[in-house]
Amino acid sequence: MAAVADAPAKTGALSLRAVPRKVVIAAILVAWLVLFAVLRGKQTMTLAAADLTGLHRWFNDLNDSIGADRNSNPLFLYFFNEIRLVIDNLVTFVQNLISQPSGGRPVPTIGWLGVVGIVGYVSWAFGNWRVALLAVAGFTFFGLQGLWQESMDTLALTLSAVFVSLLIGIPLGIWAGLSDRFNKVMTPFLDFMQTMPTFVYLAPLTLFFLIGPASAVIATLVYAAPPAIRITAHGIRSVPATTVEAADSLGATRRQTLVKVLLPMSKRTVVMGINQTIMAALAMVTIAALIAAPGLGKTVMVALTSLDVGTAFNAGLAIVVMAIVLDRVTTAASGRAEAARRSGNRFAKWRKPLLVAGGVAALVTAYLSHTYVWAAEFPGEGTTGSNIAKAADSVTTWAQDNLSGVTNTVRDSVTNGLLNPFQTLLTDSPWWLVAAVLVSVGAVVGGWRAGVTAVVCVGLLIGTGVWSDAMTTLASTIVATLLVMLAGVLVGVWMGRSPMADRFIRPGLDAAQVMPPFVYLVPFLALFGATRFTAIVAAFVYAAPVTMKIIADGIRAVPETTVEAATAAGSSTWQIVTKVQLPMARSALTLATNQGLIYVLSMVVVGGLVGAGALGYDVVAGFSQGELYGKGLAAGLAIVLLGVMFDRITQAAARRTRA
Amino acid sequence: MISVRGLWKVFGPKADKVPGSPELSALSRRELMDQAGCTAAVRDVSFDVSPGEVFVVMGLSGSGKSTLVRCLTRLIEPTAGAVVFEGEDIRDADAKHLRDLRRRKFSMVFQHFGLLPHRRVLDNVSYGLEIRGMGKAERTKRAMEVVELVGLAGYENSYPDQLSGGMQQRVGLARALAGDPDVLLFDEPFSALDPLIRRDMQNEVIRLHHEVGKTMVFITHDLSEALKLGDRILIMRDGKMVQCGTGDELVGAPADDYVREFVSEVPRADVLTLKWIMRPATPEDHLDGPELGPDVVVREATRAVLAADKPVKVVKDGQLLGIVGDEEILAVIAGGDR
Repeated sequence: MAAVADAPAKTGALSLRAVPRKVVIAAILVAWLVLFAVLRGKQTMTLAAADLTGLHRWFNDLNDSIGADRNSNPLFLYFFNEIRLVIDNLVTFVQNLISQPSGGRPVPTIGWLGVVGIVGYVSWAFGNWRVALLAVAGFTFFGLQGLWQESMDTLALTLSAVFVSLLIGIPLGIWAGLSDRFNKVMTPFLDFMQTMPTFVYLAPLTLFFLIGPASAVIATLVYAAPPAIRITAHGIRSVPATTVEAADSLGATRRQTLVKVLLPMSKRTVVMGINQTIMAALAMVTIAALIAAPGLGKTVMVALTSLDVGTAFNAGLAIVVMAIVLDRVTTAASGRAEAARRSGNRFAKWRKPLLVAGGVAALVTAYLSHTYVWAAEFPGEGTTGSNIAKAADSVTTWAQDNLSGVTNTVRDSVTNGLLNPFQTLLTDSPWWLVAAVLVSVGAVVGGWRAGVTAVVCVGLLIGTGVWSDAMTTLASTIVATLLVMLAGVLVGVWMGRSPMADRFIRPGLDAAQVMPPFVYLVPFLALFGATRFTAIVAAFVYAAPVTMKIIADGIRAVPETTVEAATAAGSSTWQIVTKVQLPMARSALTLATNQGLIYVLSMVVVGGLVGAGALGYDVVAGFSQGELYGKGLAAGLAIVLLGVMFDRITQAAARRTRA
Repeated sequence: MISVRGLWKVFGPKADKVPGSPELSALSRRELMDQAGCTAAVRDVSFDVSPGEVFVVMGLSGSGKSTLVRCLTRLIEPTAGAVVFEGEDIRDADAKHLRDLRRRKFSMVFQHFGLLPHRRVLDNVSYGLEIRGMGKAERTKRAMEVVELVGLAGYENSYPDQLSGGMQQRVGLARALAGDPDVLLFDEPFSALDPLIRRDMQNEVIRLHHEVGKTMVFITHDLSEALKLGDRILIMRDGKMVQCGTGDELVGAPADDYVREFVSEVPRADVLTLKWIMRPATPEDHLDGPELGPDVVVREATRAVLAADKPVKVVKDGQLLGIVGDEEILAVIAGGDR
């Protein structure tokens, strides 16, 4: 048996010089199919939903013992509990300010009018009047939807997390920008934190910080700080060396160089980093509903699990609106200095008095909303919201009645034609066969280092005890990634070749990337019901934009002269695409595969909420059922392992194609 | 003014060992890379710059000239040797003293300007004054003077990216002049500019040199620029000095084939002086022709020599050094003598 498993790996090693990689991979797959036919259903390592392994029980015991020691163990008493307390106080403070009843009053300190006034003022002061209007309209809309308090809870958590993220992230980013050594130490951690699907942060954190807003903020912080660190460092690093040298040559101290040259010159980039941090935080805060974070995410999740599409849609819409408002305002803020300078100084002398007047007006609204009930509680019953929910419901009903022919055909053909055979192949093969295939394909595609990573990851994956569920998730992930890559190449090539297409499509892709992944599930749940396919479609929609953009940029980066030369030689368009542009953009293709896989994986697991089952479901079940906690943690670990394995192999392949 | 002695800059893992080791320092660039993994950008360079002089360092890209000029104020730390300025070795200065030297004694103009895009022209020019702690009113006044000196009056409130390349470099020049340094260092300041603007800027430097009379060390890869601006020229190749002398010395007596090749395209009549082409007087020569000095440029002497029907005598301090006839002049003008 072992000899058989070794065979493909050996061919892999030999192939590096002699046989093309494609042939080797094909040979591995054929060998797999043949062995599958013989050995089907043996040694599959399946585990029923309620069954546990020793590891899972050990995690459960660990959880129990931590729970018991939480107030006696010094590590908890003086470290984790302290952190939780500080974060909890911060969150409670912000919540009292805008979302939760506070100080014996039935309403928060600042009511809706004050929040709208302040948000409008801040958007105007840092951005421009257009985004200020957008912000005011967006926030009023939350009230009309009947989701004011939920929206404010989400906002409170997001702001708290962003505040702490920036407090930690910007100094670290500056440090990483200045010190090569620190940057080198930091980069793998940041890579790791950003590769992980949002989902998996939650489980281990609950172990230390319990379920609730504090854990949610800490999970969000872990997810949202990396972009701030990375982009700040990037901003500092991309200040031209000559400028720094010029400052040195004039005798600037390190401090003067930092304060007068590096920071002002990277300001714009840093604000872009803040934008990324806010968007990441919003996405995470909605997902943190799984560990009892209050807000819109919770409304969506509760509605999703009871298949209440109307309510989920209404709350999902609020998340979308909040994402758009936050994104537009921060983007406008990053462009603001530039724009102000270009527009000349015509309005400059009016700006200061106007700012003061606006500030006073915002304070007045805040005071009114503190004092009067009409300005504190959003008036009306949120009828707009229930209308939206009703409309969404009726559209869903209509779609189910009239489109079910189409949607069911699409769903069933993909499920039966692609997903099921693939899933059967992965889950019904003996575990050692799949493991050997994964490792050897990894080694062939990514080289021996990637092969070693694959061995380690597969080994640990076996250890988690959720092998079969991992294979189910893997099947969905690979199917969705294939679809994503297909669409990515089609649309990416089109965008790369036609500036017109790029101009029309790109804004849509940018907007799609801003959305928290959560909200994608809602419309597809309506169309396709609670199935694996829904998760695959949501993953497709989530991952396609980034893939398309990377491929389009890769195609665009092919030197014009090369294309011109190929045209001059009489190539047809098809020949140019297949023989010149795609081969020259192949490192973009591998990078797109990398990103596509990571995005798809994170969405496929979220799909556990809507019937995709497998690892995602294990994690969710772990949060809600104490006896499954350990299994959920193990499933989270399995997701991490899958992610690391995909990432390492495709990264290695990308490095190889660049060389 | 500045005295550079045995200066070395070696990049690489065992950089410190190279200058001291006779075997390693004798190796060619390629061999050094193969054997020690090091690159010697500047190898054993020595020269003196006199007060008020324009000293040009010339070489092709990769010859080490930009590294050399950065070693002078330790923007790049030299590996070995000495840079003596006002009687002390700059290499011994501590961080504070070095900063002080950079703030008050030296300033530098860069090829890619190195301006601060978020500051207006005036604030760019006064930046050096600001970091040494000068008050706002005073530094603005001084910056305004310098802005006018370099011909940027009216643009002081513009941002750098609103200016053309030539004007941006004027800002760089003004920034360097604002601190009233003793020495100006130029690192290929005009290489990134269009030829016409480059000529303008060269004339600007000559004008400023006349007006403010600073000592200048000027790096370039352009021989005509070097000949136009330089009182003396140092030619570098692979980090080593090849020749150091005035323009006519380089053209008239190239030290080796490398320099000869380098100067071969130079219009010799514009550079060579009579002392380089005169021949000793023989008894047959008529010695009653007109007289000229030995440092007269050939181009300027041409008319006089050709107009006279007898050879021109080259005379210095009443002493006859040699004579120049039609033949010698025509050989230079026609470019035959290479």
